[in-house]
Amino acid sequence: MISFIQTLRLALTALVRNRSRSLLTMLGVVIGVAAVIVTVAIGTGASSSVADQINGLGSNLIVVLPGSVQTSGARTGNGGASTLTAADGMTIAKLPGVAAVSPVVTVRTQLVAAGQNWQTSAAGVAPSYTFVRTWPVESGRFFTQPETDAAAKVAVLGQTVIQQLFPSGADPVGQVVLIRGVPFTVIGTLSAKGQSGAGQDQDDTVLIPYTSALERLTGSTTVATLMVSATSASTIGSAQNEITALLEQRHRIVAGQPDDFQVRNLADIAQAASSTASILAVLLASVAAVSLIVGGIGIMNIMLVSVTERTREIGLRVALGARAASILRQFLIEAVVLSTGGGAIGVLIGVIGAAAIAYFAHWPATVSIVAVGLALAFSAAVGVFFGYWPARKAAALDPISALRFE
Amino acid sequence: MTPVVEVRNLRKVYPLEGSEGVVALNDVDLTIDPGEFVAVMGPSGSGKSTFMHIVGLLDRATSGTYRFDGHDVADLDGNALADLRSRALGFVFQAYNLLPRTTALENVELPMIYAGVPAGERRRAALEALDAVGLAKVAQHQPNQLSGGQQQRVAIARSIVNQPSLILADEPTGALDTASSEDVMALFRRLNEERGMTVMLVTHEPDVAAHAKRLVTFRDGNIVGDTKTKEKVHA
Repeated sequence: MISFIQTLRLALTALVRNRSRSLLTMLGVVIGVAAVIVTVAIGTGASSSVADQINGLGSNLIVVLPGSVQTSGARTGNGGASTLTAADGMTIAKLPGVAAVSPVVTVRTQLVAAGQNWQTSAAGVAPSYTFVRTWPVESGRFFTQPETDAAAKVAVLGQTVIQQLFPSGADPVGQVVLIRGVPFTVIGTLSAKGQSGAGQDQDDTVLIPYTSALERLTGSTTVATLMVSATSASTIGSAQNEITALLEQRHRIVAGQPDDFQVRNLADIAQAASSTASILAVLLASVAAVSLIVGGIGIMNIMLVSVTERTREIGLRVALGARAASILRQFLIEAVVLSTGGGAIGVLIGVIGAAAIAYFAHWPATVSIVAVGLALAFSAAVGVFFGYWPARKAAALDPISALRFE
Repeated sequence: MTPVVEVRNLRKVYPLEGSEGVVALNDVDLTIDPGEFVAVMGPSGSGKSTFMHIVGLLDRATSGTYRFDGHDVADLDGNALADLRSRALGFVFQAYNLLPRTTALENVELPMIYAGVPAGERRRAALEALDAVGLAKVAQHQPNQLSGGQQQRVAIARSIVNQPSLILADEPTGALDTASSEDVMALFRRLNEERGMTVMLVTHEPDVAAHAKRLVTFRDGNIVGDTKTKEKVHA
């Protein structure tokens, strides 16, 4: 009786004896596995970049906008009404499902500083804004609640504004910037946020206390938006209902009348985007899996050819005392070594390929350990599945006719 | 003394649709004792090859009994027959049947792999067997680097490496020229005389059969002659 290790050695010897054929046989599985690794990496990268973009908008974000108004028969679009106030925001902040609220007052304006000028949109916000938008400061500090209460003339600059106003690279903190002619002291800078999902440059902004924006720039009392952060992703829905009920009460909306505000959340958008990405990933992976199966059929073909070609050898081994089970095992091991060897090479090529795509196409490609493990396990399974029939054929050969086979 | 081969009323019929089948062996009785050197002759279709396959445990008889080394082979399953082939039988074929791209040494080791002999012991026994056939110096050569006569002697080394009870040689000189044939036959004779190995060889060449000590002749599935040839002294 022959040990498993010995059978493994016989199988490896036979494969090495036919080196070039073994490599060519592996090729199908190599390509299949590499394709699986690369496509899953691209798919995972796409999903996570979509998730990142959505998260970049803010943590568990709910946006409250004014509704539309009708003036002399002409209706404005959503946001056209001037109905939301900072006081609405403060009441919303006390709701149980709400973590933080920041009013947003946007003012399109010309900035002037140190001999440079730049048109941008200034946003009047509350100190909670950095939390609501998950947008930390890069240097200096953000303004405080007392500064907000006092409508202080302080500003925090976005990266694009800094590049335009201070092209020499001077530290903007401590400098004075004129906003609509009003001097504001720069107390901090925002970290880079990049483009929004809609392609807008989010760094092209300057943040000031909303009280300063209302009192010193617009002279109005209503705000453009209320940005609300729910306590968790699962409470977004209930927080939305609470906000709607509260605002209907505060704005005295009678039942049956349309609301003069809108409450929106980004969960729907996020879900749609990430499910699109995962459908894409599944699609790519199934195409890759098909090529892996084709690779397996390639192995079966070559193993069948190999059994026919080695008929005399098989007859000889039987005559020399090989049990049918030993022959079966040897050919099965040959097939599995071919497929897992191909799988391992494929993983290597796939990882390199994913890295190359990430580097040249600037597309995030994350190789997951799970994908690597699955691809290897699947290629071993391909070897067993497609190697079994040729191996059985080899084991079932009649030694007498096998020895006579020309 | 237990006979190596003890065959009684052996019959082999190959089934053929629409008839009673083809009778390859009709009713064969034969005993081979340890240390014998038997040549089996007969025209093609006489049943000598079928007989050798049954004796070599590669085929089973339709009826009759066959005791190999005292075992009734009818009681043994496929695995037991395979194990018996690896331990107690040595095969030599007309076409040598050495594994290509494999050294002579590794070829000789092959039967011991299936017999489960450990690697160190395999190497030692294989070198010894190659030495016994006078080819220790080509141990690392591959078959395509050896002459036909040398390849057949490697095959003989492979057949004796497990110290089998019986060596079966099927037309071992069929592919060789006269000089190489003489070498190979002289080798069989030496193994038989010096090592007491039991040899049964199938041939259709009378000169080859003349090297054996006993001549069994088959015709139409029956043994028609069984003679002890007189002891000859060879140079």
